Amino acid sequence: MIDVRVLDLSSIRDSLKKGDFTSKELVKSYIERIEGSSKLNTYNTTTFEQALDRAEISDGKIKKNEAGPLEGIPIGIKDLFCTQGVKTTASSKILENFIPSYESTVTENLFKSGMIMLGKLSNDEFAMGSSNETSANGAVVNPWRSRNSEKELVPGGSSGGSSAAVAASLCPLATATDTGGSIRQPAAFTGTVGLKPTYGRCSRWGIVAFASSLDQAGPITKTVRDSALALQAMAGYDNKDSTSANIEVENFENYRNSNLNGMSIGIPKEFEELDLSLDIRQNWEEAIQWYKEAGVNIKSINLPHCKYALPAYYIIAPAEASSNLARYDGVKYGKRVPGEDLDSLYKRTRAEGFGDEVKRRILMGTYVLSAGYYDAYYLKAQKVRRLIHEDFLEAFKTVDAILTPTTPTTAFGIGENISDPLKMYSNDILTVPVNLAGLPAISIPSGLDSSGLPMGIQLITNHFDEKSLFKFGRLIEESRVNIEMPTDWWIKK
Amino acid sequence: MSENNNRNPRFIIESPTGDWEVVIGLEIHAQITSNSKLFSGSSASYGGEPMSHVSLVDAAMPGMLPVINKQCVRQAVKTGLGLQAEINKYSVFDRKNYFYPDLPQGYQISQFKHPIVGEGIVKVTLKDGSDIYVRIERLHLEQDAGKSFHDIDPQSTYIDLNRSGVALMEIVTKPDLRSAEEAKLFVTKLRTILRYLETCDGNMEEGSLRADINVSVRRPGDELGTRCEIKNVNSIKFIGMAIDYESKRQIDEIESGNEISQETRLFDISTGKTRSMRSKEEAHDYRYFPDPDLLPLNLSQDFIDEIVKELPELPDDKKDRLMEQYKLNSYDADILVSDKKYAKYFEVVAKGRDPKLSVNWISGELFSALNRLSLDIDQSPITADNLGELIDLIIDGTLSGRLAKDVFEIMLETQKSAKLIVNEQGMSQITDESSIEKLVDKIIDENSDKVAQAKEKPKMVGWFVGQVIKESQGKANPSKVNELVLKKIGL
Repeated sequence: MIDVRVLDLSSIRDSLKKGDFTSKELVKSYIERIEGSSKLNTYNTTTFEQALDRAEISDGKIKKNEAGPLEGIPIGIKDLFCTQGVKTTASSKILENFIPSYESTVTENLFKSGMIMLGKLSNDEFAMGSSNETSANGAVVNPWRSRNSEKELVPGGSSGGSSAAVAASLCPLATATDTGGSIRQPAAFTGTVGLKPTYGRCSRWGIVAFASSLDQAGPITKTVRDSALALQAMAGYDNKDSTSANIEVENFENYRNSNLNGMSIGIPKEFEELDLSLDIRQNWEEAIQWYKEAGVNIKSINLPHCKYALPAYYIIAPAEASSNLARYDGVKYGKRVPGEDLDSLYKRTRAEGFGDEVKRRILMGTYVLSAGYYDAYYLKAQKVRRLIHEDFLEAFKTVDAILTPTTPTTAFGIGENISDPLKMYSNDILTVPVNLAGLPAISIPSGLDSSGLPMGIQLITNHFDEKSLFKFGRLIEESRVNIEMPTDWWIKK
Repeated sequence: MSENNNRNPRFIIESPTGDWEVVIGLEIHAQITSNSKLFSGSSASYGGEPMSHVSLVDAAMPGMLPVINKQCVRQAVKTGLGLQAEINKYSVFDRKNYFYPDLPQGYQISQFKHPIVGEGIVKVTLKDGSDIYVRIERLHLEQDAGKSFHDIDPQSTYIDLNRSGVALMEIVTKPDLRSAEEAKLFVTKLRTILRYLETCDGNMEEGSLRADINVSVRRPGDELGTRCEIKNVNSIKFIGMAIDYESKRQIDEIESGNEISQETRLFDISTGKTRSMRSKEEAHDYRYFPDPDLLPLNLSQDFIDEIVKELPELPDDKKDRLMEQYKLNSYDADILVSDKKYAKYFEVVAKGRDPKLSVNWISGELFSALNRLSLDIDQSPITADNLGELIDLIIDGTLSGRLAKDVFEIMLETQKSAKLIVNEQGMSQITDESSIEKLVDKIIDENSDKVAQAKEKPKMVGWFVGQVIKESQGKANPSKVNELVLKKIGL
């Protein structure tokens, strides 16, 4: 068996090309590791047989020099991406037996580049949550634990299955989606790299919708370089998504030949006033120092409307969700709980099919769109959104990137915040403004806190400037203290 | 005083308690003529096996996204231009949220705050020849829902999504109509315009054109009364019936001391009555908000200009031109423009011929024949060129009016040209004087008693003429016969 713990996407790519191992050997090694890692509860569904068949095909292609750019490399898919013939549940009971007859554009792009799906990764139900505790499949467990502690921690959310799987080396790359931080926050909690591309960069077609104007697909990987490779394969214009951007996908890997000297980074004042843990604040200051030393100008900037981002987000996202989730009604597909009439069928199906957090958001969203409340909530939130967007555009007139922590704290314990929605929502305070402005951002592991848990730094750049994220991000990887892998405490022997 | 509470109403319902005026506004749902649906590639054609025109988008599968069909946008703009309306270069698609099994998304994509077309106007000619102008408030694009079948199974409802997502234009009028008759004439006129534009086929029996009718009553000069909305009426006849019933019902209610409550009503075609469907209190809160899956529509002036170039001559312009160019009266012109195929047929027939004679043959013989055979004018066995040739034979005296009708019938059956029939069957008129004279002499000889009578009563001449023509099997030229009879009898 290959020790997949030491591998990442780009090293696998090189090894497969060189013939160090075959795709089939690699897939078998991941399967064995996944089977020993059931404790983490990352995969909702596995597709091992399919993967082994595909690996054989990939090995053939590699031999014949017909390989795609990521040929034969295994991948985990967030269970929000529709996969043809493979159960797609959004980690909800209401879709517990749903098998799409179609393939999402992003997964299709990845498969076309040669990647092999190992299975579908858990997430918060319909991507609503920041801890992956709302999954109908149960909580996902973070492979990281505090030093000298056996307390189980959350892997973040909603892409907690993806972040935990990459951190635990259960796949070198996982797809994820980010509506208010659902890629970056779990990446920060698990010591992985999470990229939320510009809104419109990756097609939303075939991804179960949460909040359409905010949802964006992106990768969770082990390194910045892998993130660039993955985005290359995922991104692209799609005429099936009206909000997809018809913008050329440049060669993202080129970022590596660039110099940061003379460039500038903005530090938003308003974020300094937030309630951040001491370790995270220190880590942020440290990161600023790394850039200074690299000749980057550090500027203090203002994002005055960002203090309203969280309330605006928790109006807009639930409003869209309340409408997007109306299609899960027990009529056409998915779960149906019969009733004596139509109304009771609707009520029972949705009462049993949706979990508490999803119901909470549908209720909030329905409320803010209701006659008499629309102007005070939804319309006002949209205005705030526009102002936040303008704040960022103003900032990017003077800086090339913005640097903030990704989260106010490191990973918390399973069950600790689940009964306090407001506390849970405050996890997104640093990530949400980026979604409201449609900007790209990346979370990169930047160190360990005093209890040994990973922390993440967030870089934000202007629309469609993902390349600068990689360019700036690389310095964090090079400057931080070495982050060891989580110990394999969960592995069944 | 606004034009909405004119003290000289056009139409009055008299009642012992005083006069009443009915105020009507319409919301017409017109299915756009288009190959595919508003936001998906599946076929928008009528009929088909249930569930055979359903894409993943139409069935609202998870993760599916709408993509606007440019052709539908073009059709909406074209219609707007045909209604002399303002085209809004910026418009927005909104979601109208409600639960129903034949609405798979749980919302209908429509346009709420920013419709694609703004205010316009439609001229309607009433029976007495006067014109009224009905203001259009807006036109917006929206999706149709699927169809529920409640009568297939006692336990279940069956759903067909073929119609789900088909593009509709909702055309909303101001409350400018004052009687069932006006409403019917308006819908007829609107349908004619849509058919000229080829933006909606107007087939009400297939559901391509349906109306929601807002009806209220008031004393002339008063402010608008409380309205009731009658949903989804699908024939012009029923529109008239529904308005007549509803206005009478409202007057009866008020005269009995009750108030009209704002509500949605249904027209029952079996009873000819409207009945309450839901009250204002039960009305849905549709929670409209901009559809985040779709960008706002931004139309360029070039896009609009292209469509302007494609606009056909519209009924009002065509009528003016026909009256001017062919010196037709308003009545005849109205008949010809009521379907652009009629006008087209007419213009072929009338080319170089007497326009009045041409209209008369079309609206008389041809229409009654087509009606009898249940054929559309473009399926007519008699082509416009052939009808023209028949008229030529009347003008040059080859055929009498009576002979022409016989030839017309043969043309209808055989689809042969008039000349060919006349030649084959020797049906041309006898104009040669000596032949007619022989016939006249024969009749006079046989009826010498009547000759004396005719001298007393000159009206008897007609009898002789008739006999001569009969003797000629209808071929003798009536005026020649008349001339000779008078001469021979000595009048």
